[in-house]
Amino acid sequence: MTAARLLAIAAIHDGKYASACPFYGAERRGAPVVSFVRIDDRPIKVYSQIRRPDLVVVLDATLLGVVDVLSGLKTGGTILINSAHRKEYPGFFTYNIDLTGIALREDLVIAGSPILDTPLLGAIARIGIISQDSAKKAITELFTDERNVKAADAAYREITV
Amino acid sequence: MLMVATGNRAVAEAVRQAKPAVIAAYPITPQTGIVEQIAEYVTHGDLLSRYIPVESEHSAMAACIGASATGVRTFTATSSHGLLYMHEMTNWAAGARLPIVMANVNRAIGPGWNIWAEHTDAIQERDTGWLQVYISTVQEAYDATLMAFRIAEHNDVLLPVMVNLDGFLLSHDMQPLETVEPGDFIPPLHLPHAIDPTNPVAYGPLTGPDQYFRFRWDIERSMRDSVSVIRQTQAEFARRFGRTYGFTDDYRCDDADVVVVAMGTLGKEAEVAVDTLRNEGVKAGSMRLRWFRPFPKLDLAGREVVVIDRSYSFGFGGTLATSIRASCGIEPYSVIAGLGGQEVTYDDIAGFVRNRRIGGEFWFGVTPGV
Repeated sequence: MTAARLLAIAAIHDGKYASACPFYGAERRGAPVVSFVRIDDRPIKVYSQIRRPDLVVVLDATLLGVVDVLSGLKTGGTILINSAHRKEYPGFFTYNIDLTGIALREDLVIAGSPILDTPLLGAIARIGIISQDSAKKAITELFTDERNVKAADAAYREITV
Repeated sequence: MLMVATGNRAVAEAVRQAKPAVIAAYPITPQTGIVEQIAEYVTHGDLLSRYIPVESEHSAMAACIGASATGVRTFTATSSHGLLYMHEMTNWAAGARLPIVMANVNRAIGPGWNIWAEHTDAIQERDTGWLQVYISTVQEAYDATLMAFRIAEHNDVLLPVMVNLDGFLLSHDMQPLETVEPGDFIPPLHLPHAIDPTNPVAYGPLTGPDQYFRFRWDIERSMRDSVSVIRQTQAEFARRFGRTYGFTDDYRCDDADVVVVAMGTLGKEAEVAVDTLRNEGVKAGSMRLRWFRPFPKLDLAGREVVVIDRSYSFGFGGTLATSIRASCGIEPYSVIAGLGGQEVTYDDIAGFVRNRRIGGEFWFGVTPGV
């Protein structure tokens, strides 16, 4: 949810329109959750859920065996997986980056959980969906702890494109 | 200032700037974000209101009534069962001519227990004497809330206003929000019948039929007068802040042969369906109804009309469809869709238009087209 919000803020800093909508169901800790972001050059009028994404981000690689994460992904679309391993999906641009590792390395841990949202924004900036400047701006707007920006920078550097 | 905000946050931000003297509220999903945010403003001194965390929605409205009767600005927010629990007091607020502003985050009524978007909660308040506006973007949530105070408190109106936003779809959606400095756009409240200890009068005594009947007519007269107050307020808002609102939000309607009428987020999504249909050569338009009370005069003559209702009057028909049939004298195609947060896409809406059967009724995903 925070990642979706950050991405929307960054896109708006880039001069685009954006909306971020988490899907609310019967949430409980540890269960898979989804949220959506739309970015456009024109005002966004759509409220229904995204069925044909251009980019899918998987923050927990253990979901790969549980959920069909490629469902609806456009041919030639992009999948970004938080993983230290290299997994490829033919027909899609696949990025693997160890966001958890980066968060642990930067000591970006709250209540025992590594924070993935801010390094993720750095990775998405490198893929070219948002600018690095706007990513940093979005992060500093929401978080004062500078480790967030450091983690985003690290992800920006370390993702292989 | 440009920010990214949810619909709930946008309402809270407008309330912070409108500076009510008293806010009384009880949290309920999916409205909780509004009163949480306001409580935070009050705690941090960003809003110098008296914040009363009550034990129920009935008490929330009762507290607003008591405060408003002293002539101060008041606000509350609720949703679904919370609004229904308030029902006795919402009638009282209108009858006592108190310009209370309330945000209602539209949510279905149980059972089955459901927290998602539906208009039934607000529609059941239709005949209470509250003005009702339905909005479709985060920006509009903010703008409509600011305008609600000015409209409610105008001495030609002095009726409460309910700002309605679709549960989760708007209350939790994050979008760009441009805030303004309202300045004197919302003038100080002067309630002519405010309680005045130096001039004691009786409030709420037994009222005989003649006086009572007169009071009822007064509500209706003010409801009719509110039409021009709404128009003036929206024009003044556009002049000062550059964003234009009407009783309806019309999209490609001018030369349309078929017009989709809906309220809330469905009315915004319908614009995308209209573009799709236009590309297929269908002259479609969208008319998003913003003000449900007072119900505006709609220019639908000579067109086919597809009405999408997010609520239903059992044993009669879709609320909006039957209202349009009565007020415009036309037979629409009535689509019931989106109840309990049912997913309705622009492709679905385009399908309603393609498969329309004028005079028929269709429960999307439930019945075959009639």
